[in-house]
Amino acid sequence: MNNLWTDSLSSFWSVWIIVITLGTIAFSAWVLCANRKTDKVPDAEGNVDTTGHAADGIEEYDNPLPRWWFLLFIATIVFALGYLALYPGLGNFRGALGWTQENQWEEEVARAEERYAPIFAQYQEIPVPELARNSDAMRVAERIFQNNCAICHGANAQGGYGFPNLTDDAWLYGGQPENIVATITNGRNGLMPSWQQLGSNNIENVANYVLSLSGLEHDAQRAEQGQSIFAASCVACHGPDATGNQALGAPNLTDDAWLYQAPGQSVADAVRQTLRNGRNGHMPAQAAYIGEDRVHLVAAYVYSLSLQD
Amino acid sequence: MKHEIVEKNVGLLAVLVLVVISFGGLAEVVPLFFQKETTEPVEGLEPLSALELEGRDIYIREGCMGCHSQMIRPFRAETERYGHYSVAGEFVYEHNFLWGSKRTGPDLARVGGRYSDDWHRAHLYNPRDVVPESIMPAYPWLFENTLDGSDTPRKMRVLRSMGVPYTDEDIADATRAVRGEQEITALVAYLQQLGTVLEGTR
Repeated sequence: MNNLWTDSLSSFWSVWIIVITLGTIAFSAWVLCANRKTDKVPDAEGNVDTTGHAADGIEEYDNPLPRWWFLLFIATIVFALGYLALYPGLGNFRGALGWTQENQWEEEVARAEERYAPIFAQYQEIPVPELARNSDAMRVAERIFQNNCAICHGANAQGGYGFPNLTDDAWLYGGQPENIVATITNGRNGLMPSWQQLGSNNIENVANYVLSLSGLEHDAQRAEQGQSIFAASCVACHGPDATGNQALGAPNLTDDAWLYQAPGQSVADAVRQTLRNGRNGHMPAQAAYIGEDRVHLVAAYVYSLSLQD
Repeated sequence: MKHEIVEKNVGLLAVLVLVVISFGGLAEVVPLFFQKETTEPVEGLEPLSALELEGRDIYIREGCMGCHSQMIRPFRAETERYGHYSVAGEFVYEHNFLWGSKRTGPDLARVGGRYSDDWHRAHLYNPRDVVPESIMPAYPWLFENTLDGSDTPRKMRVLRSMGVPYTDEDIADATRAVRGEQEITALVAYLQQLGTVLEGTR
């Protein structure tokens, strides 16, 4: 955290605040005391002095403030002076307690750190595959996932259009513990360029070839023509056997996982759209937000999702 | 009786009431105009680009600050969730402030970089597509409307007159920079820079 709260009032403004603040308190005290009255004692004939205000024959007694009210007023003044002595309020005077919003926050964080750090440190020691089977740790990790990851990957981690499903066995960047930790720590940028320049006929051919790879319905003749284009333009990232490249995040085109299949869209249309427009997947780096300890835990949680069933 | 004069002259009473309550402002507000903390930008603070500025106006038009604040208070519960608490120097180029006071949705002071552009676009088109339990309204028209940028230079000139350091080139280039852009692009550009000026958000 940067220390951005500094003592930066000039002495003129410091004095200005002190004079107005204390002056106002003093003025209030003076008004209170200067107008103080004592109870009026009736004279010999039983008449009491009034304020002289009269309306429809009703007159107003000139009585003092009730004592409890007067004392309450005094108490507020005493409180104000006590507060200003203890807490920052008078210009650059920091108050006897030395309290600031910032050090209150720091104390709060330090208390939490003292309480939670040992728990995280203990989990940090345990390797991801083992941690993934620790149900206590996974309860903590699930909360971290829900708070930070579910917004894109979904509460059940099954992803969505453009957001990878974390519960299957298709991994863009690898599903080993170290891959998952790296993905969460540094984020990922997946870039598939647009192939508009191939022309719509060739895009159709390549699309059919891609569909043929996973045994989906396709035009065999077009697929055959597409194969040579694929070999020329696509293998650099997706590999000669089209099983992808986890170092680049190039997806495997032979399985049944389609990251960019919009709801209600056919795989064929999704592939065509990808070829035409390209794709740009971005996962923001999370280490700065959740810290290394939590990255480790949530990596174990993600790892545990693919252990199930 | 002197008090009677005050009681019987409403105009005088009003003036005296104003004088009394102005003392609070004189002590609490006026010194802030002359304090470095509130008048000097934090290191690295840049004025919004033309596109981001248009995005900010869409943010205002759609009433985002009705549900989203842009002010992280120095409490652990907030800094854990949102990042570094907000400081005055981040807002010196803000006219007007969009701090807000109501959090139906989360605080957005440091939402910049937190999610991908694609996520923001999907979320603004229909929040339920990415967050099923969301109660945020959908803003599909942001994808249909485009900006013409004819007012952008004027907005920047007005901001410059209030101390935002736009250069003549910034202003000359503003219309070209935003013309034809979708409103969603401008809004996402605005959101993606929010709160990114402070390094190490935790």
